[in-house]
Amino acid sequence: MSRQLIIDGTLVDVDDDETLMHACEKVGAEIPRFCYHERLSIAGNCRMCLVEVDGSPKPIASCAMMVGDLPPNRDGSPKAVSTQSELVKKAREGVMEFLLINHPLDCPICDQGGECDLQDQAMAFGVGGSRFGENKRAVEDKHIGPLIKTVMTRCIHCTRCVRYMTEVAGIEELGLIGRGEDAEITTYLEKGILSEMSANAVDLCPVGALTHKPWAHNARPWELTKTESIDVMDALGSAIRVDSRGKEVMRVLPRNNDAVNEEWISDKTRHVVDGLKVQRLDRPYVRKDGALVAVEWSEALATVADALKKAEPKKTGAIVGDLAGAEEMFALKQWLGGLGVDSIDCRQDGAILDPQFGRGSYLFNTTIQGIEEADAVVLVGCNPRLEAPVLNARLRKIWRSGAATIASIGEAVELGYDYDHLGGNPNVLAELAAGNNPFYDTLKNAERPMVIVGAGAVARSDGVGVASHAAQLADQLAGGKNPKWRVFNVLHSAASRVAGLDLGLVPSANDMDVSAMFKAASVGQLDVLYLLGADEIDTSKLGATFVIYQGSHGDRGAHRADVILPAAAYTEKSATYVNIEGRAQTTTQAVFPPGEAKEDWKIIRALSEATGKALAFDTLQEIRAKMYEVHPTLAALDQVQRASTDDVAVLAKQGGSVTSAPFMSGIQDFYFTNPIARASRIMAELSALRTAANTNRASSAA
Amino acid sequence: MLLKDEDRIFKNIYGQGDSGLAAAKSRGAWDGTKTFIDGGHDAIITEVKGSGLRGRGGAGFPTGLKWSFMPKDDPRPSYLVINADESEPGSCKDREIMRHDPQLLIEGALLSSFAIRAHVCYIYIRGEFIRERERLQAAIDEAYAANLIGKNNIHGWDFDFYVHHGAGAYICGEETALLESLEGRKGQPRLKPPFPANVGLYGAPTTVNNVESIAVIPDILRRGGKWFASLGMANNTGTKLFQISGHVEKPCVVEEEMGISLKQLINDHCGGVRGGWDNLLAVIPGGSSMPLIPAHLCDELTLDFDSLTKLKSGLGTAAIIVMDKSTDPIKAIRRIAYFYRHESCGQCTPCREGTGWMWRVLQRMERGEAEHHEIDLLWDVTKQVEGHTICALGDAAAWPVQGLIRHYRHVIEERIDARKAREDEATPANAAE
Repeated sequence: MSRQLIIDGTLVDVDDDETLMHACEKVGAEIPRFCYHERLSIAGNCRMCLVEVDGSPKPIASCAMMVGDLPPNRDGSPKAVSTQSELVKKAREGVMEFLLINHPLDCPICDQGGECDLQDQAMAFGVGGSRFGENKRAVEDKHIGPLIKTVMTRCIHCTRCVRYMTEVAGIEELGLIGRGEDAEITTYLEKGILSEMSANAVDLCPVGALTHKPWAHNARPWELTKTESIDVMDALGSAIRVDSRGKEVMRVLPRNNDAVNEEWISDKTRHVVDGLKVQRLDRPYVRKDGALVAVEWSEALATVADALKKAEPKKTGAIVGDLAGAEEMFALKQWLGGLGVDSIDCRQDGAILDPQFGRGSYLFNTTIQGIEEADAVVLVGCNPRLEAPVLNARLRKIWRSGAATIASIGEAVELGYDYDHLGGNPNVLAELAAGNNPFYDTLKNAERPMVIVGAGAVARSDGVGVASHAAQLADQLAGGKNPKWRVFNVLHSAASRVAGLDLGLVPSANDMDVSAMFKAASVGQLDVLYLLGADEIDTSKLGATFVIYQGSHGDRGAHRADVILPAAAYTEKSATYVNIEGRAQTTTQAVFPPGEAKEDWKIIRALSEATGKALAFDTLQEIRAKMYEVHPTLAALDQVQRASTDDVAVLAKQGGSVTSAPFMSGIQDFYFTNPIARASRIMAELSALRTAANTNRASSAA
Repeated sequence: MLLKDEDRIFKNIYGQGDSGLAAAKSRGAWDGTKTFIDGGHDAIITEVKGSGLRGRGGAGFPTGLKWSFMPKDDPRPSYLVINADESEPGSCKDREIMRHDPQLLIEGALLSSFAIRAHVCYIYIRGEFIRERERLQAAIDEAYAANLIGKNNIHGWDFDFYVHHGAGAYICGEETALLESLEGRKGQPRLKPPFPANVGLYGAPTTVNNVESIAVIPDILRRGGKWFASLGMANNTGTKLFQISGHVEKPCVVEEEMGISLKQLINDHCGGVRGGWDNLLAVIPGGSSMPLIPAHLCDELTLDFDSLTKLKSGLGTAAIIVMDKSTDPIKAIRRIAYFYRHESCGQCTPCREGTGWMWRVLQRMERGEAEHHEIDLLWDVTKQVEGHTICALGDAAAWPVQGLIRHYRHVIEERIDARKAREDEATPANAAE
C-alpha cells in the first residue's frame, strides 16, 4: 500500500512499510540521527530524528515511525510533515544539548575527530554554546580486546555496537547495564570480544567511544589518501578502502557493496595492515653456499634463467599461492608454457577442483546475495565463520529471520547460529545424497536449497568422491520446485583460486599436480619448482629441488628458496581477482612496493626475456587485453559471470568413493592464513587470545 | 455527600474481614459470574463502555474502549496483563486490593480476559510487594481449588492466572517496559506503535490494565454500567480509591465518588490538615509525577480527571500528597527529581541526561546557590525533556519541576537573594568596594 504525504510542502508517494525518515529523505530533507542504522534493528533511542507531524502534539521519532502507522487525516487529505519547523529545530537543539552535556568535548585528542557524527551534527543542528554548569559524568573505560579502544565517557548510548554484535556478528557479549545516567555499555565481565568481525562495531560508533586500538593516534582522517580497492584475505572480494599516508598503508576500511560484503569486513581484512610493513622482501636474493645473498635484479633473473635452462621441462613445476592476481597467473602460464613446462598448479592445498568439469563445478553459484533467498542450507566440510566471516553473517541473517534451516556435515563448531549437526564425515554426505537422512526431506521440500562445499572438503584424498557426492545431492535438488535456482556452491578461502581455475592453471593428467610435484621432489625427480607466492605448503619436503620464490613476504617459501624475487603486495598493485561467485574485480595501487620489489607480472615479463622467450606485452593494459581475449569472463569487471547449470551434473558423474575420515576446515587458525597475516603483530595477538580462550573453554568443559 | 455504604465496591479494603474465598463470596464476589460469560464477549465490553470507567493506573484512558482495540479474529493468542507494579510515590491502593479483596481482582481478571478473548492473564507485581504476592497467590490457589478458574472451570472459559514478581524498578510500571520485563528482558519501554493491542506480550495482542480497573469490573457487571455511571461526574464516573498521605492527621486509603472535593476528602476522612486547613501549603493530587497545586487553588478543588487537567495537573492514581506550611517546596520537588533521575531507564537521550541535570540544578536552588536566570534554564530543560522521550517517564520527571516553577518561582528567587545577602554580609569588604 502506498499513500501520499506532504513533506516540507512537497507532495510525495511513499509506501506504508517505509519509515518516516526514508520518506523525508525522498524529498531531500536531511534527518540527523545517531542510533539509526540501515543494517541494524531500530532502537529509536537517540531522539535526534524528531520531525513534526500535523495533528500530533509531540514531535515524532521518524526512524521508528512507519508511514502506515501514521493516523490518517479525518478528511482523508495527505498528512503534512515538517522537518524544518521551529518545533523540530528546538527539539533537535534540545537533544543535541543533552547529548553534549556529559560528552567530554575532547575532540583534539580523539581519534574520531574529522569523521565524527557528533561533531558534524553538533555543527549542523546544535547551538553554539553549553548552558550546563554542573560536573560532567565520567565513565570507566572497558577492556574489550586488542582491537577496540574504549573511551566510554564519550559514549552517547546509541547502542549501535550492541545491536551490531548481537544481530550481525552473532556474539552476545556487549550490552547496556545500569540505569539512567549510570547506564554503561560493557561486555560481560570485561571479556575480550571473540568474533572475527568485531571491529565493524567501531565503524558504527558515531562518536569516539570505540576507536581502533591498533591505529590509535596514528593519523587524522584528512591526512590520508583514500584508495578504493578489493580485499584478498578471503575469497569474497570484499570492497575496501585503503587509506595511506606517504608510502605507508595506515588503515583499511570497508566500502559498501550490497552484493558482496554489505558494509562489513573481517578483523583480518581490516587489521592485517601492520603485516604489510614487516618481513617484506625488498630486494632480490640468491642462495650462495647455503646462504641467501642480496643481489641485483639482473643477477637474480640470470640465475633463474640458468636454472630453467638446465632443468628438464617435464621435471619443472610451478605452484601459485593464495594471493596471486590473475595477471601474474596468466603471465606465468604463458611464459612457462612457452618453455614446455605444463605442471602449473594453482591449488596449493591439493584441491581436486578442475576447470575440465566446467566453471559451475567450482563457483559459488547461488551468489552471495542469493543466500538471502535461500530457505535450506547444508554445509559440507566447511566452517564459514573462519573461511568467510562476512558470508557467515549472511547465513546468520537468514537464520535469524527464521527463513532458513541450516545443517552441517563437518566439525561441530560454533557458527553464531543454530544448525543441525548431521555428522562429521563424508559417509553422512553419501547418505544424504542417497536420500537416507532426515534432512534430505527438508532440502527436497525447500524452494531454494543450497549445498555449500568447503575448500577443505575437496582438498582431501577422497576429494573427488566428496565433491561428486555433494554435486549429486545438488543435482537432485536442482530439479525441484524452482528450476532456475542454483544449488551447488563451493566456498573457496583463497582469493586467487577462482581466477586460477578460470585461467586453467591446473595440470593435465600427464603433468604434475602439487602432490605429484612433492612426490617427484622426494625422489629427486623435480629439478626446479617455481613458487608464485605459495607459502601454504610443506617446504621441508622439497629435497634438492631448485626453488624460486616470487612474493612479498619472507615466509615459508622464501626461507627455502634458492632465488627470491621480491614482489608487490595487494595494496601495491593493480591486479584482477575473481571472487567465489565468479565476479572479477581489480585492486587499485595505493602505495608503491618497498625497495626494489616489483609488480608480479613485470617480474615474469622480465624473466621471459631472460629465458629468451619474451612475452608479447609491455604494459598492464596490454597484458589485460591479451588475457581478456582468451578469458572473456575476466573482462566483465564487477559483474557475476554465471556458469552453465550443466556443470554440476558433470561433477556429479565423477563418482569416487569417500572415507570416514572426519571433515576438517581448510582453516585451522583464522589469523594465520597467509604470509601477510603471519607477519602481522596484531594477528598474532588475536591468534593467541583465541587459542587461550579455546583452551579455557576446553578445560572448563572437562 | 460521602459515598453510601451500599455503593462501595471494596468492602474489605481495610482488611477488617477475612480475605478468604468464603468471606469474599459472602461480600458478593463470584456472584453470577457465569451469567456474564454466557452473555458473550461483546456484552461485557458494551457494559464497561457504558459505565464510563476510565483506567485507574494514571492516564485515565477509557477501559472499555481499550478492550475494543483487541483484534477479534487473530490466530495468535490474546493476553491480559495486570499492572500491579504500583511504584508511583504516594500510590498505595493496589496493594490493599491484593491483600484484602483479592477475589474481586481474580474475578475481574477472568471477566476481563473473557471480554478480550484471552485465556491467560499475567499479573506483574512490584518487587517490594512480598506479602501482597503471597496473599494474592493464596487467593488464586483457593480459586483454582474451587474450580472458579483454570481449565474446565465452572464458568466455561478456560482461564489461567499467573503471578509474576518484578525486581523493583519503577520503569517496569510503564506498560511496554513491563512486557519486556515479563518476557525476561531488561525493563526498557518499547517504541510505539505498534501498540500492545497489536504486538504485545510475546508478540501477541495484549491489554495491560491497572489492578483497580480490573477489580471494579465484577461490580460494574453485577450492578450495571448505569449504576457506575450514576456515581461521580460526567466523564469522570464511578468510585475511586483515594490515597491520602503527608501532612494530614490520619493518612488513609478510602473509596469515594469521583469528583469529591479535596477539602471534604481531607476533612471527613483524614481528620483534616495538620494544624488546620489554613496551614495547607500545597497538594500533589495524583502521585509524584503530577505538578503540585498550591493551597489557594485547593479550596474549591474537586478530584476528577478533567478539573485537575484544567489546573495543568492531573488525577493520576489519585494519590494525594498533602504538604503543610512546614514544607520546603524546593526540597520536596528536589527529592522527587532525584527519584526520577534514579529510575530513568537510560534508554533515550532527553530523559537519561535531563533528569540528572534537573536534579542537580534543584539541589543548588534548594540552598539558594543559583542565579535567577537559571530558573528559566531549568524551565527550558523540563520543556526539552517533556514530549521528546520514548515513554512518559520523561514527562513525569518534568511536570513536578514545572509545577514548582509555575507556583513557587518567588520562593526560589527569595532563596537565591537570601543566599546572596548572606554572602554580602559575610564579606563586607566586597560590598564596600
